[in-house]
This record gives sequence, C-alpha cells and structure tokens, in this order.
Amino acid sequence: MNKRKLSNILGTSLMGSMLLITAIFLLIFLIRMFSKGFAVLSPEFFFSMPRNAMTEGGIWPALVGTFLLTTLAMLVSLPLGIFTAIWLTNYARPRWLVRILRIAINTLAGTPSIIFGLFGMAIFVNLMGFDVSLISGGLTLAILALPVIINNTEEALRAVPVEFRDASLALGATPRQTIMRVLMPAALPNVLTGAIISVGRVAGETAPIMFTAATFYSRRLPQGPGDEVMALPYHIYALMTEGTHPGSQVPIAYGTALVLLLLVLLISGAAIIIRSSIRRKRQW
Amino acid sequence: MKNRLFILALVISLISIPLLAKGRQLTCSGSTTVLPIAQATAEAFMDLHPEVNISVRGGGSGVGIAALQNGTVQIANSSRPMKAKEITQARSKGINPTPYAIALDGIAIVVNDKNPVKNLTIAQIKDIYTGKIKDWSQVGGARLPIVVVSRDVASGTFEVFNEKALSGSKVISSAQLLASNNAVASTVGNTPGAIGYIGLGYLTKDVKLVSVNGTMPSEKTVKDNTYKLSRKLYMYTNGKAAGDVNRYISFIQSAAGQKIVKDQGFVTLN
Amino acid sequence: MKSFKEKTFRSLTYLAALLTIACMLGIIAGIFGEGMPLFRSVGIREFLFTNSWYPTHTPREFGALALIVGSLVVTLGALIIAIPLGLGSAIFISEIAGNRLREIAKPVIELLAGIPSVVYGLFGMAFLAPLLREWLGLETGLNVFTASVILGVMIVPIICSMSEDALSGIPRNIREASFALGATRIETIFKAVIPAAKSGIIGSVLMGFGRAIGETMVVLMVAGGAASIPESIFAPARPMTSTIAAEMGETVMGDLHYRSLFALAILLFLITFVSNLVTELVFLKKRDA
Repeated sequence: MNKRKLSNILGTSLMGSMLLITAIFLLIFLIRMFSKGFAVLSPEFFFSMPRNAMTEGGIWPALVGTFLLTTLAMLVSLPLGIFTAIWLTNYARPRWLVRILRIAINTLAGTPSIIFGLFGMAIFVNLMGFDVSLISGGLTLAILALPVIINNTEEALRAVPVEFRDASLALGATPRQTIMRVLMPAALPNVLTGAIISVGRVAGETAPIMFTAATFYSRRLPQGPGDEVMALPYHIYALMTEGTHPGSQVPIAYGTALVLLLLVLLISGAAIIIRSSIRRKRQW
Repeated sequence: MKNRLFILALVISLISIPLLAKGRQLTCSGSTTVLPIAQATAEAFMDLHPEVNISVRGGGSGVGIAALQNGTVQIANSSRPMKAKEITQARSKGINPTPYAIALDGIAIVVNDKNPVKNLTIAQIKDIYTGKIKDWSQVGGARLPIVVVSRDVASGTFEVFNEKALSGSKVISSAQLLASNNAVASTVGNTPGAIGYIGLGYLTKDVKLVSVNGTMPSEKTVKDNTYKLSRKLYMYTNGKAAGDVNRYISFIQSAAGQKIVKDQGFVTLN
Repeated sequence: MKSFKEKTFRSLTYLAALLTIACMLGIIAGIFGEGMPLFRSVGIREFLFTNSWYPTHTPREFGALALIVGSLVVTLGALIIAIPLGLGSAIFISEIAGNRLREIAKPVIELLAGIPSVVYGLFGMAFLAPLLREWLGLETGLNVFTASVILGVMIVPIICSMSEDALSGIPRNIREASFALGATRIETIFKAVIPAAKSGIIGSVLMGFGRAIGETMVVLMVAGGAASIPESIFAPARPMTSTIAAEMGETVMGDLHYRSLFALAILLFLITFVSNLVTELVFLKKRDA
C-alpha cells in the first residue's frame, strides 16, 4: 500500500475518531446523569416541596419557578423579537438604523450571560427597585432570548417565497395585511420552532437569575411577580456549592439536573417534530 | 385575534395577583455557616405559623450584609460582626443595622481524615495560610505538600478566621477560594493534603478535627472562650426587630430554637 | 394614503426595533456607567497588569491579572480540545460520512449544544473532577485541565456546526476537480476544500472562543477558585466570569468592589464584542437587509 493511500486511511479514521470521541463523551455524560438522577426520581420528587433542610422532599417549587420565569421571559421577548424581525424584513429604513440594529442584535447575541445577570441586578433589582423577584429575572432572561428570536424570525420570514408577498400586494392588500395574514402564517412553523428552542435555552440559564430572581429555599410558591422563585438550574448550583448536607443533597442535584435535561430534550424534540411535520404538509 | 386576547388576559392576571391577598413574607440571606440553622429554624417556625413564609438564601455573610444595605432582605445572616465601615455605609443609606446573636460557634480547623497531625498552634496555622510552611512534614506530619483551602471574599467565616488566626495577613494566592463551608468540608475530605476551616456544624466523617493550641472545639471550650477561634453567629435587622422578624428571631433564641441550633451541630447561646 | 391601522402597525414594529437597540445601549451604558468610575481610584495599568486581587483586604487591591490569565488559559485549553474534535467531526460529517451516518451524527451534535451549562458543571464537579484526581494523583480535580475539558466539549457543537456549514457551502466542482486529478479523499479535503472554507472555519473558532471566555457556570463549579496565575494545567484558576459570579452578591451598590466587578464585566464585554466584530467583518459573509 503506498504512502498516499495509507495517509488517506489514517486521515479518514482520525476524522471519524474525532466524532466517535465526541459521541462517547455524550454517552458517558448521559449514562452518568440518568443513572445517578433516576434513583431519586419519583412522583413525590416532582410534586412535593423540599423538606428537612432540603435533604428530602421534592423540587416542585423549582419547577414552578422555572416555568414562571420562562413564561414571563417569552411573553416579553416573543412580541418584541417578532415585531423587530418584521421591521427588519419589511420596513427597514433608514439604512444606518438597520446597521445599528444589526450591531445591537449581534452584540446581544454574543454577550456572556453573566453580564446580563449583572445588568439585571443593577437595573431591575436595584435601580428600578423590583428587588430579587420573578419580574427582574424574567426581564433579564427576556433580553437574553431576544437576539435568538429576532434572528430566527427573520430567517423564517425570509424563507417565505417572495411570490407570496407579491401576490398579496398585487391583490391590493396593505403591507400590514400582507404581513399578518400571509407572511407570518407562512413563517409561523419556523418561528414557533425557534421560540420553543429558546424556551429550552432560557429554562437552563443560571447566571442571569442568580442575583435577579433565585432563592435557595422558600416554602411557599411565588404569589406574584414581586416574589423570589426557586429555579431548576439555580437549585442544582446551590445544592452543589452551598448545600448543607452533601450526602443527601448531591443525589437531589443529580435528580434536578436530570429533570432539567429531560425538559430541554423534550422541548427540543417537540420543536423538531413540529418543524418536520409542518414541512411535510407544506406545499411549497 | 383570539390569541391576542388570551395573551392580554394572561398578562393582566399575572400583574393583578399581588393585588390579591399576599401572605406575610420574610427574607433572609447571608452566611453559609448560619444557613443550616436558618433553614431548620425557618421550617420549624413555619410549622408553627403557617401564614408566614420565610425565604432563605446563602452566599456568604458579605452577601447578606450587602443585601441588608441595599434594602433587599429583612434579615442578614452573618457569622461575623459587621465592620464599622459597613455600619456607617448602611446608615448613610438609611438602614440601621441591629445585631441579634442567635448561636455560638467555633471555627474548626480540619484536615483530611488520613492526616496524622493532631494539633496546630495559631502560629503554625498562620504560617501555613500565608505560605511560609508548605509541607506537612514541617508540622509533624508526613512528607506531603499542603493544599491550602480557604473561603472567598463574601465569607464571614473567613473574616473571623483572618482576624483571629492570621491577624489580618494576606492568604497565599494559590489557596483555593471556595464559596461555602460545605465546599470546604468536601474538598478537605477528598484531598489528602488539604487543610481548611469550617463552622462546627459542618463536620463530616471525611475530615478530621485538629486541636488549636492544644484545645479542641467543644460546647464547653466555645462557651467559656478557651477555644481561640470561638465566635458568635448573628442575624442583623434594619432597626429593632419587629413583627414577624421579631417573632422569628425570638423563636431562634428560645429553648425550642436553641435545641435546633444544637441539633445542627452548633453551640447554644448559654 | 395610509390608514390609521397601517401607521400604528408600522410604528409598533419601529418601536420594537428601537427597544432592541435600547437594550444593547442599556447594557453598554449600564456596565460602563457602573464600572468606569473604578478607574478614578485604580489605574488601568494596575487593574490589568497587577497580580493582586484582594478586594476585601485592608488596603484593598484590584489587580486582575490572575483573573484575566485564568480566563485566557481555560479558554485556550477549551479550544485545544474543541478544535480537533469539532473540526474533525465536521469534516467527517460533511465530507466522509454517508447519508445515514450524517442523519445520526447531526442530532448528536445538536444534543450536546442543548445541554444547560450548569448540568455540565455538575458533571464536571461531581464526576469528572474526582475521577481525574484519582487517576492522575492530583491534589485537586478542580483545576484548569478539568475545566478545559468540560468547556471544550461544550463548544464542540459551535465549531462543528459552523465548520460543517462552511464546508458544505463549498461547491461540488472543487472536490470533483480534485478527484479528477487523482487526489485521495483526505488530500482533497485538506488541500482543496478546507483552504476554500478557511474563513468559515476560522470564524467558527472565533465564535467558540467568544462562547468559552464568556462561560460562567462551568468554570465557577469546576475551575477551582484560586485567584492566582495557574502554575500548571493542573492548578486551580479563577477566570473573570467566576469572579463576577462569586463576588457579585457580596458587594454593596456603589462600593469600590461593586465597581471592580463591573470593570471586569467591561473587559469581558470588550473582548467578546471585538471577537464577534472581527468574526463578522472578516470571516463570515453576512447578507444585507
């Protein structure tokens, strides 16, 4: 076998092994998470409150907290993001403003999450006086999710064939009607997918909520937007670094991590399924 | 159109919830040393008074004190007394920090349970933490480099330790700065050459208690101050404690509360 | 003539765009506003180049060199791990694998991308660190090496998917010409396709860099926490992000320590901003509005 053939085979195997190593890591990771986390899972784990200095009981308040934070964040960032994307694809004038907006979107997309947390603390918690609360955390997460939603919606709108818009306008519809009745519905599946994936991302974020919303232990569920919340990602972090009884709390951390992981996987899975089922039904 | 109405309704209901009857809420945060006491007593207190909700956070004494100054909590858990500078700073923001001692504690010096060393003098502890002594053989142990484990800047335990054992010197920069008593206990338990300091309530079976200047920390030696690294654990409030805050703190200082203090491994007030 | 509904709708979208810009400006104003005043008391030179981070000592010192080096070292380590894994996987997926393998491989990579960083941190702290400590006989498993491994795996999806996009974007005729000249597959990849996709690949690496240097939870939980310049890859470190997260709650608004953390945030922001800017302008093709 000559040298070139040999190096071809070696090279191909090397590339393949890179993928293999990555896959093996993922496998080890999942096995570890599932095995350690599964032992703790039970209906009680999901639905009851933590008890006995958090060494027993469940993570229900953290689930509720994550749900509320994510919902609030999406309620703010979805309309804001979608409307911004609509402006970008339909009304973008003047040119210099568009450039600034693009810079803004890319800057927000590339900013480390801890900086969002700092910003949230300085502005929402301290300056606006919202204190550590659902609303501070939700708003901070909303800004975090914004660039992803804008980019995704913009792409979705651009993927709609231009004939749709032309036909609609030719029939006498106004730009607004065209967008709301033709373009958005056509782009909706992709927008939805992106929104769902953002939900998964927001639910898993810790740094932005560390000092804007999250608390270590609270017996009662949040009563209103001004209350602090427990949250799944923060719960994991707090149990591991501040826990008072590691023997019983590390397994709970694993269990919480598994729940979070399953949540994110389920959400991404749902998004992918929705996307492909709509793609199949689509006639264009 | 229907979607928009639904969203509007959801937003309005979210906002209007606080207008409905809101339960009584107490927030305390700060010292990880006080945390197990705070949490256990909060649970007991909430069992007695179900209409009150107490929310507990850690982060370190510095976090609690800062939060009290920022006005974001009602109680700051602290394992050290507030510094004069902090009190002035708080007053300038309109907060009047008032201390309430809720328990006693001895800062325990711990090493890995496989380490044969039994006693260290304060001078040796200081030299280890400032980096002058680098190997266990220099203090009567095996030939093993010392892994210095300390706490980060928010820690009240660190401040007291720094004052009483190190006389304010700088800790060697290669020391690991951990965020909680628990983290120190696990690290020392997992690392053969490690040395650390923790609150008495955090002793685990993987770490070994070392006597300081010949004295072991115990209920007796902490109460009569013969253990050099004894301290009080505090809860700070804004002004004199009143209402639910007062009820909660009084509960901790009562016999029932102090029993919980003892169960958590700390020392009662008297 | 425009009806009221038209105008309102258009204004709403315009408002949304302005609000988005306001968010960016708000963040910039916020962190610069809170952080810049530090430099009235602490010189920029001292902040950047002194290795002495003792914010609560008396006298306080804000020399962030160890923190900056910590960030750079961990990020570099992460890239060393992520580039071979990510680029190799991308090459395999795009150039070598058959369709069926590709269908399996792409979701695997996407899965990795979706894992929350705190879960990676848990895995590193509770599993990998003690394991490495035992296997390699180290003093502690919470160090630069472990953090780099976890961080590296975290950014593999970024490098892999962006490189794969870049590679599949290269037109087929380049490969066909190369094969026609008798080159092997590997030779084609490395001598024809990759040079053509060079900018996209470098862009992906820069994106990975930006992500890694800004990551907080993993380094907070796994990198150790010693605010000193790590002497070896098995020593603990304290990147800027860990420092901000660990000390954020402890500061009082307006305090010098508070400002110093914002100053770190300014530095972090500038690094990621410049990195993103360079990536966009130089290495990626951006479509225009």
